[in-house]
Amino acid sequence: MTFWVTIKRVTRYGLLGFFRNGFVSLSAIFIMTITLFVASALIIFGAALNSVLKDLTTKVDITVYMMVDATDDQIQSLQQSVKTLSQVSSVEYISRESALATFEERHKNDQLTLQALQSLPDNPLGASLEIRAKDPSQYAAISKYLEDYQNSNSSSGIDRINFVQNQVAIDRLTYIIDASHKTALTIAIILGIASLLIAFNTIRLAIYIARDEISVMNIVGASHWFVRGPFVVSGFMYGVLSAIIVLVILYPLTVWLGPPSEHFFGTFNVYSYYVSTFPLLALILLGTGAILGSASSYLAVRRYLQ
Amino acid sequence: MIYFDKVTKIYSSGSAPAVEDITLGIEPGEFVSIVGHSGAGKSTLLKMLFAEVFPTEGSVFFGSRDINALSQKDLRILRRNIGTVFQDFRLLQTKNIFENIAFALEVAGKSDADIEADVPHVLDLVGLSDKIWNFPNQLSGGEQQRVAIARAIVNQPDVLIADEPTGNLDPVNAHDIVEILKKINDLGTTILLTTHNKSIVDSVGRRVVTMDRGRIIRDDSSGKYVL
Repeated sequence: MTFWVTIKRVTRYGLLGFFRNGFVSLSAIFIMTITLFVASALIIFGAALNSVLKDLTTKVDITVYMMVDATDDQIQSLQQSVKTLSQVSSVEYISRESALATFEERHKNDQLTLQALQSLPDNPLGASLEIRAKDPSQYAAISKYLEDYQNSNSSSGIDRINFVQNQVAIDRLTYIIDASHKTALTIAIILGIASLLIAFNTIRLAIYIARDEISVMNIVGASHWFVRGPFVVSGFMYGVLSAIIVLVILYPLTVWLGPPSEHFFGTFNVYSYYVSTFPLLALILLGTGAILGSASSYLAVRRYLQ
Repeated sequence: MIYFDKVTKIYSSGSAPAVEDITLGIEPGEFVSIVGHSGAGKSTLLKMLFAEVFPTEGSVFFGSRDINALSQKDLRILRRNIGTVFQDFRLLQTKNIFENIAFALEVAGKSDADIEADVPHVLDLVGLSDKIWNFPNQLSGGEQQRVAIARAIVNQPDVLIADEPTGNLDPVNAHDIVEILKKINDLGTTILLTTHNKSIVDSVGRRVVTMDRGRIIRDDSSGKYVL
């Protein structure tokens, strides 16, 4: 028998079995849809978490407040020096004027403070440098460098470095970011394994129902591939159809959850994420579904082969 | 053609043997009825012939080949050369009658054209041409058994094993099935039949092997059912 004839017959029986065992197929698809839905929810939640963590990370910085009388030269040489550090991702210069504008904006409803400010002969605020690290764990090193710079250079023009004050907060944030990553990964692994086992067991049950048929096929002298093939084809169909169902369900769901997700996560919009990563998401879900369905069938039939 | 050489089968250690020290030869073209009470070891003996059960001791030969020494591939080829019919029909419930019979041809690698020609022909032989597109659950017990026989003979096997084929059937249907088996035997196929049914054995009037508690207690070349 040629290879193609076997493929044709196996595929035909796989498709026939899929439609004729309608109820079994329906329950297998239902369970696999839930499995793949959990998988996609984990992917999306992971992306949301990453986006939130990224936002938080950019909000952490070290602010170096310069003396009111610090010269442009002093500020520029500090800025140049910090920029050369490999851990630093950006250095932003806030001039005395913009510091004042920000202060006035922040206290626009506080007439007393504004009057006090206006009564002063000069702008009391110094310029500042906002330094961002590539990674939150590197702030300690940058802060150390700045302190050394301040101590070794009497005319550095530095008034104070606020990292020391924020150190506890930054350390805690670093810890939270790290812990969130680990927790999310652990939850993802546990949920992933649980849904995998449930899907595998459902397919095993579907094949258990067909065990008498398998024994007949064995007695008639069918090769292992001829017995196994149709089940693998049906399993493949369960997986692919479930993936398509999940992709379709996700569309209205993400449209609905788009605005609230943006409100909740800051910059992360679940709908934009779904649209922008659709090809990748489809590939992952279809691939996982197809492999999970066909591999489960392949393994489950094995014990009934003689 | 078929030779059981001092065959013993013990299913679990400590239990009594299902089949004990059996030596039995069967020639091509014979129609052998194997009779005995339930648990006498009839089915176990037949199952060893198509290697659904392996002997604990001794060997089973088909032609000159030891069945228990066959590779997986040779075993499948052997099974295609032995037709099997069971009390519970064992049809593929999700396949229609055409597909049930075509399946046996497909696993043997027959072409689509041969299948299209052979299936109606064999269904005609068992008198079920009009049920070709029905599913097993739409057929009566007698009809299902005739489909099972059609499937068993469609590959033109050398041997047809019928394990209590009339056990679930009324006397009229049982008689029809035996007539079909006789017709197949007349065409040259060796038949091994196990049954409880005295009138069937007596009506066949060929060799009768009587078993009791795993042993052969009588072997008559043109015997009757005696227990």
